[in-house]
Amino acid sequence: MSDIHTSHDGASHGSYKSYITGLIISIVLTLIAFGVVMVGDFSMPVMMVTIVITAIIQVLVQLVLFMHLNFKSEGGWNVISFVFTAGILVLIIGGSLWILHNIHVNMMLG
Amino acid sequence: MATDTLSNHDAHAHDGHEHHDPGAMKVFGFWIYLMSDLVIFGTLFATFGVLSQATAGGPTSQEIFELPFVLVETFLLLVSSFTFGLAVLAQNAGDRGAVLKWLAVTFLLGFGFVAMEIYEFHHLIVEGYGPDRSAFLSAFFTLVGTHGLHVSVGLLWIAIMFFQISKRGLDSVTKPRMLCLSLFWHFLDIVWICVFSFVYLFGAL
Repeated sequence: MSDIHTSHDGASHGSYKSYITGLIISIVLTLIAFGVVMVGDFSMPVMMVTIVITAIIQVLVQLVLFMHLNFKSEGGWNVISFVFTAGILVLIIGGSLWILHNIHVNMMLG
Repeated sequence: MATDTLSNHDAHAHDGHEHHDPGAMKVFGFWIYLMSDLVIFGTLFATFGVLSQATAGGPTSQEIFELPFVLVETFLLLVSSFTFGLAVLAQNAGDRGAVLKWLAVTFLLGFGFVAMEIYEFHHLIVEGYGPDRSAFLSAFFTLVGTHGLHVSVGLLWIAIMFFQISKRGLDSVTKPRMLCLSLFWHFLDIVWICVFSFVYLFGAL
């Protein structure tokens, strides 16, 4: 129980250290993502995978270290609502790209 | 573990226990709003993903994206997200002067970001590459413009917050508002990570 009482307030429990850590990790990931494209000596799949992975890690790092998303605040409802929304996003974005790519191919517009 | 926490939480909510103070509820409600906002951005990303190759004989993304420019925009927004964190820390420490100082720094960085984006849009439109040129450009302007509009509204909110805190100080009204604004500002930086990765970097490949 005590953990609920100490941190019910989602956004207020950061520390100087967590913001500094978040900033440094974000800078490094941003430079890696821009670096692989701007230096440009890599194959297409390597660049795409690097961009996707650095983006996902950076989003998670900022969610945890800047927005303090965790299972303790609001009894976990912050995380549950986020996971639900992430599921909706996968359906909307993944579904749209899948269906319209399929139509594109089958109508031979390419 | 999650279900345990939740059931305890519910029991307490029925008691009207102190940990469910209005400020925390306000911040949680704002979080729910951000999740719905995320769905808006999701639909715009899906639209852009579908239309990104539909250039209708106009310019392709490789021809119009300037990565060094975008990198500077990215750093402005990232550092502003960090300085807002410092404003929240100053609020936790009860230091009003430091809160105002970091809010001002955050405002300037955010303003720099919006100014760069307006310059980029203006430049593209002058070149004849406005949102009316192709489906790709319509989707690009809608997605990036919606994010820029959010940042602009965030700037307005920061300015209002600055005057409220300088007038009222840090009390039970202004503190939860600051926390909501901090979530909003960090959220916009997280959306920007997806914009620079999936619009600009993918577009430059």
